[in-house]
Amino acid sequence: MEGSFLKTALVFLASAVAFVPIAKKLGMGSVLGYIFAGIVIGPFVLGFVGEEGQDIMHVAEFGVVMMLFLIGLELDPREFWKMRKTIVGLGLLQMGLSSVFLGALGYFVLGFSHSVSLAVALALAMSSTAIVLQTLKEKGLSKSASGEASFAVLLFQDITVIPILAILPLIAGGSAPAAGESHSILESYPGWMQTLLVIGAVAAIVVAGKYVVVPLLRMVSKTRLREMFTASALLLVVGVAYLMQLVGLSPALGTFLAGVVLANSEFRHELESDLEPFKGLLLGMFFIGVGASVNFALVVEKPVLVLSIVLVLMLVKAIVLFITGKIYKIKTDQNILFSILLSQVGEFAFVLLTFSNQLRILDSYWTEVLMASTAISMSVTPLLLVLNEKVIDPFFGTKEIASEEKEPDEIDEQHPVILAGFGHFGSTIGRFLRANGVKATILDNDSDRVELLRKMGFKVYYGDATRLDLLRAAGAENARLLIAAIDSPDTNKELIQTVRKHFPQMEIMARARNRMDAYDLIELDVKHFYRETLYTSVHMAIDVLRKLGYRHYTATRKGMEFIKYDEAALEKLAASRHQMKDYILNVREQIEMQERLLSEDLHGILTADDHAWDSEVMKKK
Amino acid sequence: MAKILILFAHPLYEKSRIHKALIKAIPEASDITFRDLYELYPDFNIDIKKEQLFLVQHDIIIWQHPVYWYSVPPLLKQWIDMVLEFGWAYGPGGDKLKDKYLMNVVSAGGQKVVYNSEGRNRFTLRQFFVPLEQTGTLCGMKYLAPFAVHGTHLLTNDEVREYGAQYKKLLNKLMNKEIDMVLAANSDYMNDLIQ
Repeated sequence: MEGSFLKTALVFLASAVAFVPIAKKLGMGSVLGYIFAGIVIGPFVLGFVGEEGQDIMHVAEFGVVMMLFLIGLELDPREFWKMRKTIVGLGLLQMGLSSVFLGALGYFVLGFSHSVSLAVALALAMSSTAIVLQTLKEKGLSKSASGEASFAVLLFQDITVIPILAILPLIAGGSAPAAGESHSILESYPGWMQTLLVIGAVAAIVVAGKYVVVPLLRMVSKTRLREMFTASALLLVVGVAYLMQLVGLSPALGTFLAGVVLANSEFRHELESDLEPFKGLLLGMFFIGVGASVNFALVVEKPVLVLSIVLVLMLVKAIVLFITGKIYKIKTDQNILFSILLSQVGEFAFVLLTFSNQLRILDSYWTEVLMASTAISMSVTPLLLVLNEKVIDPFFGTKEIASEEKEPDEIDEQHPVILAGFGHFGSTIGRFLRANGVKATILDNDSDRVELLRKMGFKVYYGDATRLDLLRAAGAENARLLIAAIDSPDTNKELIQTVRKHFPQMEIMARARNRMDAYDLIELDVKHFYRETLYTSVHMAIDVLRKLGYRHYTATRKGMEFIKYDEAALEKLAASRHQMKDYILNVREQIEMQERLLSEDLHGILTADDHAWDSEVMKKK
Repeated sequence: MAKILILFAHPLYEKSRIHKALIKAIPEASDITFRDLYELYPDFNIDIKKEQLFLVQHDIIIWQHPVYWYSVPPLLKQWIDMVLEFGWAYGPGGDKLKDKYLMNVVSAGGQKVVYNSEGRNRFTLRQFFVPLEQTGTLCGMKYLAPFAVHGTHLLTNDEVREYGAQYKKLLNKLMNKEIDMVLAANSDYMNDLIQ
């Protein structure tokens, strides 16, 4: 068993590594690369993967499940509310028109019954969230008009899967499906009861997400073990998916809901960055599965039937989308892209078709044919997009580029200042900035503190700030300033190096623990650093002088002069730091430094000749 | 060519319509140096040596500022106290500023008519600036009539722009030595010389 697992993993990973970079290089996007890899290793070319393409897809569908969870996470209810009109309007138009046309075709051309036509039409009206969103993200089109419209339609489709799944048993007329085909506990109940259970399950997720999951994550985060958090994140998604499967619902929808519920929690970014790699790999596997499951045998057997179904399907869907886009006044070039993007039949069709088959609405033959058509249409989409990019797009002079400014939510979330570390040091900065109307994106990895500060109305995110994905999620690409104020100097330096490398546009202002720390920062070429020990000590020393009878103003001037002098001396000594022989011990180094400082002080600051307001000099002359 | 050093002092520059327009009008020239004192020394801890170095490198020193209580903003007074050192600017051996020119470029809320023996302010602007003039004189500098923008609260945007244009003209003329310095020293307003 183990050998076969390793072999399967080897085949999958090798094919992905071989084809995806080539596809990317040719400008076709990773999705096509994965699908092509799937076709090559599939039963009809190399045969590395047997007939189990479908099984793989069931495992890999988990990637889609995770993607929907992540989409849910990114969509806090407020944003969702803003998009409501677009989602419902565009989605309803697309689903409605597609279903009517496809249903009519099924009824009149293929001679399906009413219920079969309806079930098939609803299934085939779905588009592929996985393919479309992945493609949009890769091509940087998420914020373009076509990208936003696509997202709206996909979201509406994803949402409608719930009622469709609930309605299908009613369409089946409550006829009990064959036992043993599914383990869903739902099927032993009558239709109305199933519908009720579905609604109950959804409500359970919303309630549990808020009152069970968040406290649980808080507890786990206190262990400060990163892998425990990853485990919890996976557990959450797997758990929700399992629950959904248990009641016979789409796991994707369940996790999407769980995502929305958690979108407002402080763990949003952490969950996002923990699940991202899993999602990516599983989605890749899913696309490979799509490629491997294209039933070429059926295509060879009935080429005209299958290919004409694919052609008609995609044409009808594209036309409906184009009309929808026209109604919503999307510019023509964007509208063409929108129409092509969503013209395929999506992964939800697999679910809905299988379910219909289980409910005995649809017979096995047509299920096979339609599933094959679905897989082919998904495989073809990336190719059509390449065609659009190379052939159709050049006809339109002005191609809309995704504009960042147009997205109000982005500005709200991605402030120009990122403040990493909200301990005693960072929080003072944060408070001062907020008092002056500057909202910083705050990153901190103490969940208790995050919770408290969120209650106080700060925008604080929980997570390890040195992680690239978290920084990206916090908007580092658009931020102007990084305030590195983390307690641990080492973590702080790690953060600075990461930001330097990946977000060079950000100016860095760093907290330095002490003089030694400051030297390290100078070596990292950090221009603005602030020693927490300098200013406080000098302020105290000023007060010492006052106690000894100095005038406050004079002592203060001396203090400020000292800070200036010390900062200049720091720069000077930093250069010679590495020339010092045999400093192995840190303590030794410090003492040596002190010695040099003390001797410098004597002919540095003390000889400063500032005679303002001092008439003694005049009297002498 | 004369080299001009503009020392600008305004504690709330971001809200100053007049000085924004004036500064915008300053010609881009290698012979003109502009220093924003409140931006450089927010803690009033003036770098004396650096300021002195700038002074010796220029021929005409301009103090540009709003008039507060008939005088200069506090940082400019601090600058005078700190930078014009005994034995450097005045006193024995204090000849580093000798034969340079000094002038004020100012904005004032009061109309020109109130700065007059019959007006509400009872004295002319030049009379109020006598301490500044004498500061320059003690350092061996020649004091020129001030360039002033009066009645700042009532000016239209076009009028403000017009003052900017005049300031630009003045700086160009000073740079090219096209101003009669004797006449400038004896006038009430520098504004009158560039009409």
